[in-house]
Amino acid sequence: MDEILNELGRTIVGALARSVTGYSVERGELTISANAAGIVELVTFLRDDPRCRFVAFVDLTAVDWPQRDRRFDVVYHFLSPFKNLRVRIKVETDEATPVPSIVGVFPGANWFEREAYDLYGITFAGHPDLRRILTDYGFEGHPLRKDFPLTGYVEVRYDDELKRVVYEPVRLAQEFRNFDFLSPWEGPDYALPGDEKAEKAK
Amino acid sequence: MSESSIRSFTINFGPQHPSAHGVLRLVLDLDGEVVERADPHIGLLHRGTEKLIEYKTYQQAIPYFDRLDYVAPINQEHPFCLAAEKLLGLTVPKRGQLIRVLMCEWGRILNHILNVTTQALDIGALTPPLWGFEEREKILSFYERASGARFHANYFRIGGVHQDLPPQLIDDMWAYCDELPKVLDDIDALLTGNRIFKQRTVDIAVVKIEDAWGWGFSGPMIRGSGVPWDLRKAQPYECYAELDFDIPVGKNGDCYDRYLVRFEEMRQSIRIIRQCLEKLRSPEGQGPVSAANQKVVPPKRAEMKRSMEALIHHFKLFSEGFHVPAGEVYCATETPKGEFGVYLISDGTNKPYKCKIRPPAFVHLSATEFVSRGHMLADMTAIIGTLDVVFGEVDR
Repeated sequence: MDEILNELGRTIVGALARSVTGYSVERGELTISANAAGIVELVTFLRDDPRCRFVAFVDLTAVDWPQRDRRFDVVYHFLSPFKNLRVRIKVETDEATPVPSIVGVFPGANWFEREAYDLYGITFAGHPDLRRILTDYGFEGHPLRKDFPLTGYVEVRYDDELKRVVYEPVRLAQEFRNFDFLSPWEGPDYALPGDEKAEKAK
Repeated sequence: MSESSIRSFTINFGPQHPSAHGVLRLVLDLDGEVVERADPHIGLLHRGTEKLIEYKTYQQAIPYFDRLDYVAPINQEHPFCLAAEKLLGLTVPKRGQLIRVLMCEWGRILNHILNVTTQALDIGALTPPLWGFEEREKILSFYERASGARFHANYFRIGGVHQDLPPQLIDDMWAYCDELPKVLDDIDALLTGNRIFKQRTVDIAVVKIEDAWGWGFSGPMIRGSGVPWDLRKAQPYECYAELDFDIPVGKNGDCYDRYLVRFEEMRQSIRIIRQCLEKLRSPEGQGPVSAANQKVVPPKRAEMKRSMEALIHHFKLFSEGFHVPAGEVYCATETPKGEFGVYLISDGTNKPYKCKIRPPAFVHLSATEFVSRGHMLADMTAIIGTLDVVFGEVDR
Protein backbone atom coordinates (compact mmCIF):
# COMPACT_ATOMS: atom_id res chain seq x y z
CA MET A 1 0.00 0.00 0.00
CA ASP A 2 2.72 2.49 0.99
CA GLU A 3 4.62 1.74 -2.21
CA ILE A 4 1.61 2.58 -4.35
CA LEU A 5 1.18 5.85 -2.45
CA ASN A 6 4.90 6.69 -2.71
CA GLU A 7 4.77 6.02 -6.42
CA LEU A 8 1.70 8.23 -6.74
CA GLY A 9 3.34 10.98 -4.69
CA ARG A 10 6.40 10.91 -6.97
CA THR A 11 4.16 11.06 -10.03
CA ILE A 12 2.31 14.11 -8.73
CA VAL A 13 5.48 15.93 -7.66
CA GLY A 14 7.06 15.12 -11.02
CA ALA A 15 4.11 16.33 -13.04
CA LEU A 16 3.47 19.57 -11.17
CA ALA A 17 6.83 20.70 -9.85
CA ARG A 18 5.72 24.34 -9.82
CA SER A 19 2.78 24.08 -7.46
CA VAL A 20 3.65 21.00 -5.39
CA THR A 21 6.35 21.34 -2.76
CA GLY A 22 6.55 17.79 -1.49
CA TYR A 23 4.75 14.69 -0.30
CA SER A 24 4.83 12.27 2.60
CA VAL A 25 3.27 8.92 3.39
CA GLU A 26 2.39 8.36 7.04
CA ARG A 27 0.11 5.72 8.56
CA GLY A 28 -0.88 4.64 5.08
CA GLU A 29 -2.07 8.11 4.08
CA LEU A 30 -0.60 10.27 1.35
CA THR A 31 -0.18 13.98 2.10
CA ILE A 32 0.82 16.45 -0.58
CA SER A 33 1.95 19.95 0.36
CA ALA A 34 1.35 22.60 -2.25
CA ASN A 35 1.47 26.33 -2.89
CA ALA A 36 -1.83 28.10 -2.50
CA ALA A 37 -1.50 29.71 -5.91
CA GLY A 38 -1.34 26.37 -7.69
CA ILE A 39 -4.20 24.62 -5.91
CA VAL A 40 -6.71 24.79 -8.76
CA GLU A 41 -4.16 23.40 -11.21
CA LEU A 42 -3.31 20.62 -8.75
CA VAL A 43 -6.88 19.49 -8.04
CA THR A 44 -7.73 19.59 -11.74
CA PHE A 45 -4.73 17.38 -12.42
CA LEU A 46 -5.72 15.00 -9.63
CA ARG A 47 -9.24 14.76 -11.02
CA ASP A 48 -8.40 14.34 -14.70
CA ASP A 49 -5.08 12.49 -14.87
CA PRO A 50 -5.64 8.79 -15.64
CA ARG A 51 -3.03 7.82 -13.02
CA CYS A 52 -4.95 9.64 -10.27
CA ARG A 53 -8.71 9.94 -11.01
CA PHE A 54 -9.45 11.60 -7.68
CA VAL A 55 -12.93 12.49 -8.88
CA ALA A 56 -14.70 12.42 -5.52
CA PHE A 57 -14.55 15.45 -3.28
CA VAL A 58 -14.46 14.41 0.37
CA ASP A 59 -13.53 17.18 2.73
CA LEU A 60 -12.07 20.65 3.09
CA THR A 61 -11.07 22.12 6.40
CA ALA A 62 -8.47 24.33 8.01
CA VAL A 63 -6.10 23.98 10.95
CA ASP A 64 -4.92 26.89 13.05
CA TRP A 65 -1.29 27.00 14.21
CA PRO A 66 -1.11 30.45 15.85
CA GLN A 67 2.63 30.26 16.59
CA ARG A 68 3.44 29.90 12.90
CA ASP A 69 4.11 32.77 10.54
CA ARG A 70 1.43 31.71 8.09
CA ARG A 71 -0.93 30.39 10.67
CA PHE A 72 -3.46 28.36 8.70
CA ASP A 73 -3.26 25.05 6.89
CA VAL A 74 -6.08 24.50 4.44
CA VAL A 75 -6.53 20.73 4.21
CA TYR A 76 -8.30 19.02 1.31
CA HIS A 77 -9.26 15.36 1.11
CA PHE A 78 -10.08 13.57 -2.12
CA LEU A 79 -11.02 10.04 -2.97
CA SER A 80 -10.33 8.02 -6.08
CA PRO A 81 -13.06 5.39 -6.31
CA PHE A 82 -11.38 3.90 -9.38
CA LYS A 83 -8.02 3.31 -7.67
CA ASN A 84 -9.54 3.04 -4.19
CA LEU A 85 -7.09 5.60 -2.81
CA ARG A 86 -7.31 8.73 -0.74
CA VAL A 87 -5.15 11.83 -0.87
CA ARG A 88 -4.72 14.82 1.41
CA ILE A 89 -3.48 18.20 0.22
CA LYS A 90 -2.15 20.89 2.50
CA VAL A 91 -1.80 24.54 1.64
CA GLU A 92 -0.48 27.26 3.95
CA THR A 93 -2.06 30.67 4.25
CA ASP A 94 -2.67 33.51 6.70
CA GLU A 95 -5.57 35.80 7.60
CA ALA A 96 -4.92 38.21 4.75
CA THR A 97 -3.96 35.96 1.85
CA PRO A 98 -6.87 34.43 -0.06
CA VAL A 99 -6.68 30.86 -1.34
CA PRO A 100 -8.06 30.24 -4.85
CA SER A 101 -11.45 28.59 -4.66
CA ILE A 102 -11.87 25.10 -6.12
CA VAL A 103 -15.66 25.36 -6.52
CA GLY A 104 -15.19 25.48 -10.28
CA VAL A 105 -13.57 22.05 -10.22
CA PHE A 106 -15.53 20.43 -7.40
CA PRO A 107 -18.96 22.00 -6.77
CA GLY A 108 -19.15 20.11 -3.46
CA ALA A 109 -16.41 22.36 -2.04
CA ASN A 110 -18.82 25.30 -1.98
CA TRP A 111 -20.19 24.89 1.54
CA PHE A 112 -16.88 23.63 2.91
CA GLU A 113 -15.13 26.81 1.79
CA ARG A 114 -17.92 28.86 3.34
CA GLU A 115 -17.44 26.87 6.54
CA ALA A 116 -13.67 27.45 6.56
CA TYR A 117 -14.34 31.16 6.00
CA ASP A 118 -16.91 31.23 8.78
CA LEU A 119 -14.97 29.30 11.40
CA TYR A 120 -11.40 30.36 10.59
CA GLY A 121 -11.69 33.57 8.57
CA ILE A 122 -9.84 32.24 5.56
CA THR A 123 -10.96 33.89 2.33
CA PHE A 124 -11.31 32.01 -0.92
CA ALA A 125 -10.74 33.99 -4.10
CA GLY A 126 -13.30 33.34 -6.78
CA HIS A 127 -15.90 31.73 -4.52
CA PRO A 128 -19.37 32.51 -5.88
CA ASP A 129 -21.07 33.21 -2.56
CA LEU A 130 -18.69 33.51 0.40
CA ARG A 131 -21.07 34.03 3.34
CA ARG A 132 -21.11 32.75 6.87
CA ILE A 133 -22.80 29.37 7.13
CA LEU A 134 -22.85 27.77 10.58
CA THR A 135 -22.78 30.73 12.96
CA ASP A 136 -25.62 33.09 13.81
CA TYR A 137 -26.79 35.92 11.57
CA GLY A 138 -24.60 38.90 12.40
CA PHE A 139 -21.98 36.86 14.25
CA GLU A 140 -18.55 38.38 14.74
CA GLY A 141 -15.26 36.51 15.02
CA HIS A 142 -14.08 33.11 13.85
CA PRO A 143 -14.84 30.50 16.50
CA LEU A 144 -12.44 27.69 15.59
CA ARG A 145 -9.37 29.91 15.81
CA LYS A 146 -7.26 28.93 18.78
CA ASP A 147 -7.42 32.48 20.21
CA PHE A 148 -11.26 32.46 20.27
CA PRO A 149 -12.52 31.59 23.77
CA LEU A 150 -14.65 28.46 24.17
CA THR A 151 -17.49 30.46 25.70
CA GLY A 152 -17.53 33.07 22.95
CA TYR A 153 -18.24 36.74 23.61
CA VAL A 154 -22.04 37.08 23.49
CA GLU A 155 -24.95 35.09 24.83
CA VAL A 156 -28.61 35.29 23.91
CA ARG A 157 -31.78 35.14 25.96
CA TYR A 158 -35.42 35.95 25.41
CA ASP A 159 -36.32 39.21 27.07
CA ASP A 160 -39.89 39.09 28.29
CA GLU A 161 -40.26 42.87 28.53
CA LEU A 162 -38.87 43.66 25.11
CA LYS A 163 -40.59 40.56 23.67
CA ARG A 164 -37.56 39.63 21.63
CA VAL A 165 -34.22 37.85 21.86
CA VAL A 166 -31.45 40.06 23.22
CA TYR A 167 -27.66 39.69 22.88
CA GLU A 168 -25.53 40.35 25.94
CA PRO A 169 -21.85 39.91 26.81
CA VAL A 170 -21.12 36.48 28.32
CA ARG A 171 -21.31 36.43 32.11
CA LEU A 172 -19.99 33.29 33.75
CA ALA A 173 -21.34 32.40 37.18
CA GLN A 174 -18.26 30.30 37.65
CA GLU A 175 -14.83 30.77 36.11
CA PHE A 176 -14.21 28.47 33.15
CA ARG A 177 -12.20 25.57 34.53
CA ASN A 178 -9.63 24.27 32.13
CA PHE A 179 -7.63 21.86 34.23
CA ASP A 180 -4.06 21.31 33.18
CA PHE A 181 -3.70 17.61 33.74
CA LEU A 182 -0.45 17.31 31.85
CA SER A 183 2.11 15.69 34.06
CA PRO A 184 5.35 17.68 34.35
CA TRP A 185 7.28 14.48 33.60
CA GLU A 186 5.36 13.28 30.60
CA GLY A 187 3.78 16.43 29.15
CA PRO A 188 5.48 17.92 26.13
CA ASP A 189 7.33 21.27 26.46
CA TYR A 190 6.60 21.71 30.11
CA ALA A 191 9.44 23.84 31.53
CA LEU A 192 10.13 22.82 35.12
CA PRO A 193 11.15 25.78 37.28
CA GLY A 194 14.91 25.71 37.73
CA ASP A 195 15.35 23.15 34.97
CA GLU A 196 16.03 25.62 32.16
CA LYS A 197 19.74 24.74 31.98
CA ALA A 198 19.05 21.09 31.30
CA GLU A 199 16.73 22.11 28.48
CA LYS A 200 19.43 24.34 26.97
CA ALA A 201 22.05 21.59 27.13
CA LYS A 202 19.98 19.53 24.70
CA MET B 1 -48.82 43.32 -18.11
CA SER B 2 -45.33 44.29 -19.19
CA GLU B 3 -42.40 41.85 -19.18
CA SER B 4 -40.53 43.67 -16.42
CA SER B 5 -43.28 43.33 -13.85
CA ILE B 6 -42.95 39.53 -13.72
CA ARG B 7 -40.84 38.66 -10.75
CA SER B 8 -40.16 35.45 -8.90
CA PHE B 9 -41.88 34.79 -5.64
CA THR B 10 -39.72 34.16 -2.59
CA ILE B 11 -40.89 31.99 0.27
CA ASN B 12 -39.39 30.83 3.52
CA PHE B 13 -39.61 27.08 4.01
CA GLY B 14 -38.99 26.40 7.69
CA PRO B 15 -37.22 26.64 10.12
CA GLN B 16 -40.35 25.34 11.82
CA HIS B 17 -41.76 23.11 9.11
CA PRO B 18 -42.62 19.46 9.79
CA SER B 19 -41.17 18.35 6.45
CA ALA B 20 -37.90 20.18 6.98
CA HIS B 21 -36.62 17.31 9.17
CA GLY B 22 -35.44 19.65 11.87
CA VAL B 23 -34.37 23.24 11.73
CA LEU B 24 -33.76 23.84 8.05
CA ARG B 25 -34.59 27.28 6.78
CA LEU B 26 -34.92 27.10 3.04
CA VAL B 27 -35.31 30.29 1.03
CA LEU B 28 -37.02 29.39 -2.23
CA ASP B 29 -37.38 31.56 -5.30
CA LEU B 30 -40.40 30.40 -7.23
CA ASP B 31 -41.55 31.04 -10.75
CA GLY B 32 -45.16 30.07 -10.35
CA GLU B 33 -44.76 26.70 -8.69
CA VAL B 34 -41.34 25.90 -10.15
CA VAL B 35 -38.29 26.24 -7.92
CA GLU B 36 -35.73 28.56 -9.49
CA ARG B 37 -33.34 28.91 -6.61
CA ALA B 38 -33.07 27.13 -3.28
CA ASP B 39 -30.84 28.59 -0.62
CA PRO B 40 -30.69 26.52 2.57
CA HIS B 41 -29.78 28.47 5.67
CA ILE B 42 -28.26 26.10 8.18
CA GLY B 43 -26.55 26.51 11.50
CA LEU B 44 -29.65 26.99 13.62
CA LEU B 45 -28.59 23.94 15.62
CA HIS B 46 -24.88 24.77 15.68
CA ARG B 47 -23.42 23.76 19.04
CA GLY B 48 -19.71 24.09 18.33
CA THR B 49 -19.01 20.36 18.66
CA GLU B 50 -15.59 20.62 17.03
CA LYS B 51 -14.54 23.46 19.34
CA LEU B 52 -15.78 21.62 22.42
CA ILE B 53 -13.88 18.47 21.48
CA GLU B 54 -10.63 20.46 21.43
CA TYR B 55 -11.20 21.16 25.14
CA LYS B 56 -12.05 17.59 26.16
CA THR B 57 -9.98 14.47 26.58
CA TYR B 58 -10.35 11.77 23.97
CA GLN B 59 -12.65 9.77 26.20
CA GLN B 60 -14.88 12.76 26.89
CA ALA B 61 -15.23 13.53 23.20
CA ILE B 62 -17.19 10.37 22.35
CA PRO B 63 -20.61 11.47 23.72
CA TYR B 64 -20.57 14.46 21.37
CA PHE B 65 -20.66 12.08 18.43
CA ASP B 66 -23.94 10.52 19.57
CA ARG B 67 -25.53 13.92 19.34
CA LEU B 68 -24.55 14.50 15.74
CA ASP B 69 -26.82 12.16 13.85
CA TYR B 70 -29.27 11.35 16.60
CA VAL B 71 -31.34 8.88 14.60
CA ALA B 72 -28.44 6.42 14.41
CA PRO B 73 -26.21 7.54 17.28
CA ILE B 74 -23.78 4.67 17.65
CA ASN B 75 -22.61 4.81 14.04
CA GLN B 76 -21.10 8.24 14.65
CA GLU B 77 -18.93 7.13 17.56
CA HIS B 78 -17.25 4.60 15.32
CA PRO B 79 -15.01 6.73 13.06
CA PHE B 80 -13.70 8.78 15.99
CA CYS B 81 -12.75 5.61 17.85
CA LEU B 82 -11.11 4.22 14.71
CA ALA B 83 -9.13 7.43 14.21
CA ALA B 84 -7.87 7.51 17.79
CA GLU B 85 -7.06 3.80 17.63
CA LYS B 86 -5.09 4.31 14.44
CA LEU B 87 -3.00 7.02 16.11
CA LEU B 88 -2.51 4.88 19.21
CA GLY B 89 -1.80 1.72 17.23
CA LEU B 90 -4.47 -0.27 19.09
CA THR B 91 -6.27 -3.29 17.73
CA VAL B 92 -9.74 -4.20 18.95
CA PRO B 93 -10.24 -7.86 19.91
CA LYS B 94 -12.52 -10.00 17.79
CA ARG B 95 -15.51 -9.91 20.10
CA GLY B 96 -15.28 -6.15 20.40
CA GLN B 97 -15.26 -5.83 16.61
CA LEU B 98 -18.29 -8.09 16.27
CA ILE B 99 -20.26 -6.09 18.82
CA ARG B 100 -19.31 -2.84 17.09
CA VAL B 101 -20.45 -4.13 13.71
CA LEU B 102 -23.63 -5.51 15.26
CA MET B 103 -24.55 -2.19 16.88
CA CYS B 104 -23.69 -0.23 13.75
CA GLU B 105 -25.96 -2.41 11.63
CA TRP B 106 -28.82 -1.92 14.07
CA GLY B 107 -28.10 1.78 13.68
CA ARG B 108 -28.39 1.46 9.92
CA ILE B 109 -31.82 -0.14 10.28
CA LEU B 110 -32.85 2.58 12.75
CA ASN B 111 -31.86 5.26 10.30
CA HIS B 112 -33.37 3.70 7.21
CA ILE B 113 -36.69 2.92 8.93
CA LEU B 114 -36.92 6.55 9.94
CA ASN B 115 -35.89 7.87 6.56
CA VAL B 116 -38.08 5.62 4.44
CA THR B 117 -41.17 6.04 6.56
CA THR B 118 -40.93 9.79 7.20
CA GLN B 119 -40.24 10.40 3.55
CA ALA B 120 -43.48 8.57 2.88
CA LEU B 121 -45.14 10.75 5.51
CA ASP B 122 -43.85 13.92 3.87
CA ILE B 123 -45.47 12.96 0.60
CA GLY B 124 -48.74 11.88 2.10
CA ALA B 125 -48.64 8.40 3.61
CA LEU B 126 -49.34 8.24 7.32
CA THR B 127 -49.30 4.50 8.01
CA PRO B 128 -45.62 3.64 7.34
CA PRO B 129 -44.22 5.80 10.16
CA LEU B 130 -46.75 4.36 12.59
CA TRP B 131 -45.59 0.85 11.77
CA GLY B 132 -41.93 1.75 11.45
CA PHE B 133 -41.58 3.66 14.69
CA GLU B 134 -42.82 0.68 16.66
CA GLU B 135 -39.90 -1.36 15.31
CA ARG B 136 -37.48 1.49 15.96
CA GLU B 137 -38.59 1.46 19.57
CA LYS B 138 -37.81 -2.25 19.84
CA ILE B 139 -34.32 -1.73 18.41
CA LEU B 140 -33.75 1.20 20.73
CA SER B 141 -34.60 -1.05 23.65
CA PHE B 142 -31.70 -3.27 22.52
CA TYR B 143 -29.49 -0.19 22.65
CA GLU B 144 -30.79 0.50 26.13
CA ARG B 145 -30.08 -3.03 27.32
CA ALA B 146 -26.54 -2.90 25.90
CA SER B 147 -25.50 0.59 26.95
CA GLY B 148 -28.10 1.95 29.36
CA ALA B 149 -29.39 4.65 27.05
CA ARG B 150 -31.89 4.55 24.22
CA PHE B 151 -30.27 7.21 22.10
CA HIS B 152 -27.11 8.75 23.41
CA ALA B 153 -25.46 5.46 24.06
CA ASN B 154 -21.81 6.43 24.53
CA TYR B 155 -21.17 2.72 24.12
CA PHE B 156 -17.98 2.58 22.07
CA ARG B 157 -14.67 3.18 23.76
CA ILE B 158 -11.28 3.77 22.28
CA GLY B 159 -9.96 0.22 22.20
CA GLY B 160 -13.30 -1.60 22.10
CA VAL B 161 -16.73 -1.20 23.64
CA HIS B 162 -17.79 -0.37 27.16
CA GLN B 163 -19.37 -3.66 28.23
CA ASP B 164 -20.04 -7.12 26.91
CA LEU B 165 -23.57 -7.93 25.75
CA PRO B 166 -25.61 -10.09 28.13
CA PRO B 167 -26.34 -13.58 26.66
CA GLN B 168 -30.07 -13.03 26.97
CA LEU B 169 -29.81 -9.91 24.80
CA ILE B 170 -28.04 -11.88 22.07
CA ASP B 171 -30.89 -14.43 22.14
CA ASP B 172 -33.53 -11.71 22.01
CA MET B 173 -31.82 -10.03 19.08
CA TRP B 174 -31.69 -13.36 17.29
CA ALA B 175 -35.42 -13.87 17.81
CA TYR B 176 -36.16 -10.33 16.66
CA CYS B 177 -34.26 -10.92 13.40
CA ASP B 178 -37.16 -13.20 12.40
CA GLU B 179 -39.84 -10.66 13.31
CA LEU B 180 -38.43 -7.56 11.68
CA PRO B 181 -38.49 -8.80 8.04
CA LYS B 182 -42.24 -9.35 8.30
CA VAL B 183 -42.81 -5.71 9.25
CA LEU B 184 -40.43 -4.60 6.53
CA ASP B 185 -42.39 -6.70 4.03
CA ASP B 186 -45.60 -5.01 5.16
CA ILE B 187 -44.14 -1.52 4.68
CA ASP B 188 -42.67 -2.68 1.39
CA ALA B 189 -46.09 -3.89 0.20
CA LEU B 190 -47.60 -0.59 1.24
CA LEU B 191 -45.13 1.68 -0.55
CA THR B 192 -43.12 0.04 -3.30
CA GLY B 193 -45.98 -0.62 -5.68
CA ASN B 194 -48.06 2.31 -4.52
CA ARG B 195 -49.17 4.52 -7.39
CA ILE B 196 -49.18 7.77 -5.41
CA PHE B 197 -45.78 7.07 -3.87
CA LYS B 198 -44.33 6.35 -7.30
CA GLN B 199 -45.85 9.47 -8.82
CA ARG B 200 -44.18 11.55 -6.12
CA THR B 201 -40.74 9.91 -6.28
CA VAL B 202 -40.01 8.45 -9.74
CA ASP B 203 -37.89 10.81 -11.85
CA ILE B 204 -37.65 13.32 -9.02
CA ALA B 205 -34.18 14.66 -8.21
CA VAL B 206 -32.25 12.57 -10.71
CA VAL B 207 -28.52 12.59 -9.93
CA LYS B 208 -26.10 11.55 -12.63
CA ILE B 209 -23.05 9.69 -11.49
CA GLU B 210 -20.45 12.15 -12.82
CA ASP B 211 -22.16 14.97 -10.89
CA ALA B 212 -22.50 12.86 -7.78
CA TRP B 213 -18.74 12.40 -7.31
CA GLY B 214 -17.97 16.07 -7.78
CA TRP B 215 -20.60 17.05 -5.24
CA GLY B 216 -19.02 14.62 -2.78
CA PHE B 217 -22.03 12.33 -2.47
CA SER B 218 -21.72 9.00 -0.70
CA GLY B 219 -23.89 6.27 0.75
CA PRO B 220 -27.34 5.67 -0.79
CA MET B 221 -27.05 8.97 -2.67
CA ILE B 222 -24.28 7.53 -4.83
CA ARG B 223 -25.49 3.92 -4.86
CA GLY B 224 -28.89 5.12 -6.07
CA SER B 225 -27.10 6.38 -9.17
CA GLY B 226 -25.75 2.93 -9.93
CA VAL B 227 -22.28 2.80 -8.40
CA PRO B 228 -21.62 -0.06 -5.99
CA TRP B 229 -19.44 2.10 -3.76
CA ASP B 230 -19.60 1.13 -0.11
CA LEU B 231 -16.73 1.65 2.32
CA ARG B 232 -17.65 -1.58 4.09
CA LYS B 233 -16.64 -3.43 0.91
CA ALA B 234 -14.16 -1.02 -0.70
CA GLN B 235 -12.06 -0.14 2.34
CA PRO B 236 -13.17 -2.69 4.94
CA TYR B 237 -12.76 -1.81 8.60
CA GLU B 238 -13.38 -3.97 11.68
CA CYS B 239 -14.48 -7.46 10.58
CA TYR B 240 -16.61 -6.46 7.57
CA ALA B 241 -14.21 -8.31 5.26
CA GLU B 242 -15.28 -11.65 6.79
CA LEU B 243 -18.99 -10.97 6.56
CA ASP B 244 -21.15 -11.87 3.60
CA PHE B 245 -23.50 -9.17 2.30
CA ASP B 246 -24.50 -7.49 -0.95
CA ILE B 247 -24.48 -3.85 -1.99
CA PRO B 248 -27.79 -2.82 -3.57
CA VAL B 249 -27.55 -0.24 -6.34
CA GLY B 250 -30.14 1.84 -8.15
CA LYS B 251 -30.47 2.38 -11.86
CA ASN B 252 -31.88 5.83 -12.53
CA GLY B 253 -30.59 7.86 -9.57
CA ASP B 254 -34.00 9.25 -8.64
CA CYS B 255 -35.81 9.39 -5.29
CA TYR B 256 -37.55 6.09 -5.91
CA ASP B 257 -34.29 4.22 -6.57
CA ARG B 258 -32.72 5.64 -3.45
CA TYR B 259 -35.76 4.51 -1.51
CA LEU B 260 -35.33 0.99 -2.92
CA VAL B 261 -31.61 1.02 -2.10
CA ARG B 262 -32.33 1.99 1.51
CA PHE B 263 -34.96 -0.69 1.80
CA GLU B 264 -32.69 -3.42 0.53
CA GLU B 265 -29.87 -2.20 2.79
CA MET B 266 -32.09 -2.91 5.79
CA ARG B 267 -32.50 -6.50 4.65
CA GLN B 268 -28.74 -6.80 4.10
CA SER B 269 -28.17 -5.39 7.58
CA ILE B 270 -30.34 -8.13 9.05
CA ARG B 271 -28.14 -10.62 7.19
CA ILE B 272 -25.02 -9.07 8.73
CA ILE B 273 -26.62 -9.01 12.18
CA ARG B 274 -27.46 -12.72 11.95
CA GLN B 275 -23.86 -13.52 11.04
CA CYS B 276 -22.53 -11.38 13.89
CA LEU B 277 -24.85 -13.02 16.41
CA GLU B 278 -23.78 -16.47 15.22
CA LYS B 279 -20.14 -15.52 15.60
CA LEU B 280 -20.74 -14.01 19.03
CA ARG B 281 -22.10 -17.36 20.18
CA SER B 282 -19.35 -19.45 18.56
CA PRO B 283 -15.95 -20.09 20.21
CA GLU B 284 -14.09 -17.71 17.85
CA GLY B 285 -16.24 -14.82 19.09
CA GLN B 286 -15.43 -15.29 22.76
CA GLY B 287 -12.92 -13.23 24.70
CA PRO B 288 -12.48 -9.64 25.85
CA VAL B 289 -14.46 -6.79 24.28
CA SER B 290 -11.74 -4.18 24.52
CA ALA B 291 -7.99 -4.05 24.04
CA ALA B 292 -5.71 -5.19 26.84
CA ASN B 293 -3.75 -1.92 26.90
CA GLN B 294 -4.17 -0.68 30.49
CA LYS B 295 -2.85 2.77 29.56
CA VAL B 296 -5.93 3.41 27.43
CA VAL B 297 -8.69 1.06 28.55
CA PRO B 298 -9.88 1.54 32.14
CA PRO B 299 -9.56 -1.44 34.49
CA LYS B 300 -12.54 -3.45 35.72
CA ARG B 301 -14.09 -2.49 39.06
CA ALA B 302 -13.23 -5.84 40.67
CA GLU B 303 -9.63 -5.51 39.63
CA MET B 304 -9.37 -2.11 41.24
CA LYS B 305 -10.29 -3.56 44.63
CA ARG B 306 -7.21 -5.77 44.61
CA SER B 307 -4.57 -4.16 42.45
CA MET B 308 -2.88 -0.88 43.33
CA GLU B 309 -1.70 -0.51 39.76
CA ALA B 310 -5.24 -0.83 38.42
CA LEU B 311 -6.34 1.87 40.85
CA ILE B 312 -3.61 4.22 39.64
CA HIS B 313 -4.54 3.54 36.03
CA HIS B 314 -8.16 4.27 36.82
CA PHE B 315 -7.29 7.55 38.51
CA LYS B 316 -5.02 8.66 35.70
CA LEU B 317 -7.48 7.70 32.95
CA PHE B 318 -10.40 9.54 34.52
CA SER B 319 -8.50 12.69 35.45
CA GLU B 320 -5.75 13.23 32.93
CA GLY B 321 -6.91 10.81 30.26
CA PHE B 322 -4.41 9.14 27.97
CA HIS B 323 -1.90 10.74 25.66
CA VAL B 324 -2.16 10.10 21.96
CA PRO B 325 1.02 10.18 19.86
CA ALA B 326 1.36 13.25 17.67
CA GLY B 327 0.15 12.87 14.12
CA GLU B 328 -2.84 13.24 11.87
CA VAL B 329 -5.25 10.72 10.49
CA TYR B 330 -8.46 10.64 8.46
CA CYS B 331 -10.83 7.77 9.19
CA ALA B 332 -14.15 7.24 7.48
CA THR B 333 -16.89 4.70 7.95
CA GLU B 334 -20.02 3.91 6.01
CA THR B 335 -22.72 5.36 8.24
CA PRO B 336 -26.34 4.96 7.07
CA LYS B 337 -26.27 8.38 5.42
CA GLY B 338 -22.94 7.95 3.69
CA GLU B 339 -19.28 8.52 4.38
CA PHE B 340 -18.83 9.95 7.87
CA GLY B 341 -15.22 11.00 8.30
CA VAL B 342 -13.14 12.22 11.20
CA TYR B 343 -9.93 14.12 10.54
CA LEU B 344 -8.05 14.01 13.80
CA ILE B 345 -4.84 15.88 14.62
CA SER B 346 -3.04 15.07 17.83
CA ASP B 347 -0.19 17.10 19.27
CA GLY B 348 0.85 14.40 21.73
CA THR B 349 -1.27 15.67 24.63
CA ASN B 350 -4.42 14.25 26.20
CA LYS B 351 -6.75 16.41 24.10
CA PRO B 352 -7.24 16.47 20.34
CA TYR B 353 -5.58 19.47 18.69
CA LYS B 354 -8.20 19.44 15.96
CA CYS B 355 -11.09 17.18 15.18
CA LYS B 356 -12.85 17.87 11.92
CA ILE B 357 -16.10 16.04 11.41
CA ARG B 358 -17.13 15.39 7.84
CA PRO B 359 -20.86 14.68 7.96
CA PRO B 360 -22.49 13.16 4.88
CA ALA B 361 -25.76 15.08 5.35
CA PHE B 362 -23.91 18.42 5.15
CA VAL B 363 -22.56 17.45 1.75
CA HIS B 364 -25.91 16.20 0.50
CA LEU B 365 -27.77 19.27 1.72
CA SER B 366 -25.26 21.56 0.01
CA ALA B 367 -26.50 20.12 -3.29
CA THR B 368 -30.14 21.05 -2.60
CA GLU B 369 -30.19 23.73 -5.22
CA PHE B 370 -28.50 21.49 -7.76
CA VAL B 371 -30.97 18.62 -7.36
CA SER B 372 -34.12 20.72 -6.91
CA ARG B 373 -33.80 23.30 -9.67
CA GLY B 374 -36.71 23.02 -12.08
CA HIS B 375 -38.81 20.89 -9.76
CA MET B 376 -42.16 21.86 -8.32
CA LEU B 377 -42.55 23.28 -4.83
CA ALA B 378 -44.38 20.14 -3.71
CA ASP B 379 -41.36 18.03 -4.71
CA MET B 380 -39.15 19.86 -2.21
CA THR B 381 -40.39 17.65 0.62
CA ALA B 382 -39.58 14.51 -1.36
CA ILE B 383 -36.14 15.93 -2.12
CA ILE B 384 -35.35 16.85 1.47
CA GLY B 385 -36.48 13.36 2.46
CA THR B 386 -34.30 11.63 -0.09
CA LEU B 387 -31.22 13.68 0.88
CA ASP B 388 -31.62 12.14 4.33
CA VAL B 389 -30.59 15.11 6.42
CA VAL B 390 -30.46 15.29 10.18
CA PHE B 391 -29.58 18.65 11.60
CA GLY B 392 -27.55 17.50 14.53
CA GLU B 393 -25.03 16.39 11.98
CA VAL B 394 -25.35 19.16 9.41
CA ASP B 395 -24.93 21.96 11.94
CA ARG B 396 -22.57 20.19 14.35
